Amino acid sequence: MDFSFIWLAFGQIISPQTIAYALAALGLTVCFGFTGLVNFGQAGFMAVGGYGFAITTVKFGWPLWASVLAAIVGAIIFAFILGIPTLRLRADYLSIVTIAAAEIVRYTVKTPQFVPVTGGTDGINGSSSTFDAINPIPVGHYGVGVLMYNQDDLWIIIVGWVLTLLCALLVSRLMRSPWGRIVKGIREDEDAVRALGKNVYWYKMQALMIGGTLAAIAAIINIIPTSLQPDNYGTQTTFFLFTIMLLGGATTIMGPIVGSIIFWIVLSLSDGLLSLAVTYHWLPITSVQQGPIRFVIVGVALILIVVFRPQGILGKKSEAYFSA
Amino acid sequence: MPKETTKPVLQIGEPGPGVAKVDPILVADNVTRTFGGMTAVDVQHVEIPRGAITALIGPNGAGKTTFFNLLTGFDRPDSGAWVFDGQDLAGVPAYKVARKGMVRTFQLTKALGLLSVLENMRLGATKQSGEHFFGALFKSTWKKREADITDQAMELLARFKLDTKANDYAASLSGGQRKLLEMARALMTKPELVMLDEPMAGVNPALTQSLLGHILNLKTEGMTVLFVEHDMHMVRTIADWVIVMAEGNIVAEGYPDTVMNDPAVIDAYLGAHHDTDLGSLTGQLEVAQDIDPHLAHEIEEEIEEEAHHDGK
Repeated sequence: MDFSFIWLAFGQIISPQTIAYALAALGLTVCFGFTGLVNFGQAGFMAVGGYGFAITTVKFGWPLWASVLAAIVGAIIFAFILGIPTLRLRADYLSIVTIAAAEIVRYTVKTPQFVPVTGGTDGINGSSSTFDAINPIPVGHYGVGVLMYNQDDLWIIIVGWVLTLLCALLVSRLMRSPWGRIVKGIREDEDAVRALGKNVYWYKMQALMIGGTLAAIAAIINIIPTSLQPDNYGTQTTFFLFTIMLLGGATTIMGPIVGSIIFWIVLSLSDGLLSLAVTYHWLPITSVQQGPIRFVIVGVALILIVVFRPQGILGKKSEAYFSA
Repeated sequence: MPKETTKPVLQIGEPGPGVAKVDPILVADNVTRTFGGMTAVDVQHVEIPRGAITALIGPNGAGKTTFFNLLTGFDRPDSGAWVFDGQDLAGVPAYKVARKGMVRTFQLTKALGLLSVLENMRLGATKQSGEHFFGALFKSTWKKREADITDQAMELLARFKLDTKANDYAASLSGGQRKLLEMARALMTKPELVMLDEPMAGVNPALTQSLLGHILNLKTEGMTVLFVEHDMHMVRTIADWVIVMAEGNIVAEGYPDTVMNDPAVIDAYLGAHHDTDLGSLTGQLEVAQDIDPHLAHEIEEEIEEEAHHDGK
C-alpha cells in the first residue's frame, strides 16, 4: 500500500496553492469579515489579477514589476466598476453583482475571439519567466523524501510566504487603527457610522479595493508555478475561499492562513484516502465519483463549522460573525 | 430639574406655524417629500431657535422622522432648501451634514454591537488622521490624537455612567444604556445641533430622569437640541419650544405651555385622553365613557367591587 500521499498532503502546508488561497481569503476577510461586504466575486478579482499579470508578461513582454502593477491596477479598477453602482445599495446587491461579474470575466476570457490575447479555454502558460529570471537560488533539488522542490518551486514558496506574512501584518495594522474601527463600525451598522460624519461609501470602496488587490497578488502566486486556467476562477473558488475564511475565523488575520493550510491538507488527504478506498474496493464508488465526493466532504465541513464553531478556529466566540 | 424663572423670548411676533425666530440655527423652506402618491412631508417654512430645546411632536405618520431624515441627508427631498448656520445643506450627503455640526441619533438605537463601548465612542471623534488609509499604517502619526480622543471619550462615558462598561461589547448593554451610548457617541463629534429621534422610546422611568438631565445639560453647554418625542411629560418638562406636525405639515408652533394646552392640538394630535393613566381603573373609565357606555358600566362595577374588597 502506498502511503506517500500522506507526505504529499503535508506538503500542502507550504505549497504555492495554499499561499494563494490564504492571501485571497485574507482579502475576503477584509471585505466580508471586517467590513461586512458580501463579496461573492473574489475569484473574479483573482482572474483579473491573474490575466493582468500573465497577459502583460507573456504577450507584451513587460518586466516583472510592471506586470505585478498591471495585476493590482486591474483589480482596483474592477473594484471600482463593481463598487460604484452597488456600494450605495443594500449588501445583497453587491453579492449578486460580484458573483455575476466574476462569471462575466471567466466567460469573456474564454471567448474564442479573444484567444490571441487570453488563450481562450487553454489559458496562458509560461508567465513565470520574468519571476524565475531573478531567482537567486542555485539550480538543484531541495527537500526530503517525496517532498522535493527545484530552485524555482522553492523561490515562489519563499517569496509567497514572505508576501503573505507582509500582507497579514499590513491588514493587522489597518484593523487595529482608526481606519479599521470605521470599517468594523460599517459592518455593524453603516447608518450609525454615516451619522457620525464618516464617508461610508469611500471606506467600503477602499475595503473592496484592498480585498481585490490581495486576490490579484494571490492569483500571481497561483499561476507562476503552474499556468493560468480560466476555469480555476469559477464560483467554486469563491466558495472555497469562504470555507477557508470561515474555517480559520472571519474576523481574524491568521485565520485565513491557518484555514487555507488545513483546507488543502484535508482535501489532499481525503483524496489519497478515497483513492486507496477505491483501489481496494472498501467503498462502493468508482474513481470517477471520487473527485466530487471530496467536495461533498468540504460542503459538509462548511456546514459543521457554521453550526458548531461560527467564530472559526482562531476567532473569539463572542465575535462570531453568524451570532444569533 | 432646574426651574427657569424667566424664559427668553425665542420668536419674533405671535407664535404660530412658521414664525420667525430671534436667532435661528436652522431655517428650512418648502421641504417636500412624497412616497408614491402620499405626501410625507410638506413644510413651508420652519426655523429652529439656537441654544434652545425644541420638541417636534405629532401623531404617528405625521412625517417627523422623515423630516429628520431629510434635514440630516439620510433621505433626499423632492424639493426644498434648508440653511444650517448660514450653510446651505440641501443635497449635502449625510456624513458631510454631521461634519458641519449637525449630528443625529436614531429611533431604533444603533449601537455597534461587536465594537467595545470605548471604540463606539472613539468612532465619533473628528480630526483623527489614522482614519485615512495611509495614515492608519503609521501608528506614530495618530497615537497622540488617539490618546486625546480616549480622554474625551472616558470623560463622556463617566458623565453617562458607562465608564465601567468601556471595554465591554456594546452588544452587552441594555436597551437604555444603548440609548445613552448613542447620545454620548454623538457628542464625541462636538456638535452644535443635536437631533434626537425619540430618545425616550423603550427607556425605563429610572433612566428617563437621567436622560432628561443629560438633554438639559446639552443646552447648558451651549448646544441646540431638536428632538422627536411621543412622551408628553418629557416634552413639557424640558422643551423650550414645541413644533407640532400632522400629515406632513407644521400645524402649530409655540411655547410648550401654550401649545400643549391648545384644545385643538390636544384633541387632534395628542388625543383627548393623553394625560389619562390607563393603568388605573378610573383612568380606563374616563376613556370608556367616551367610546362605549357598556364598557364603562363594566368598569364601574369593577371599581365598586374593588372598593368593597378594600373595605373588608
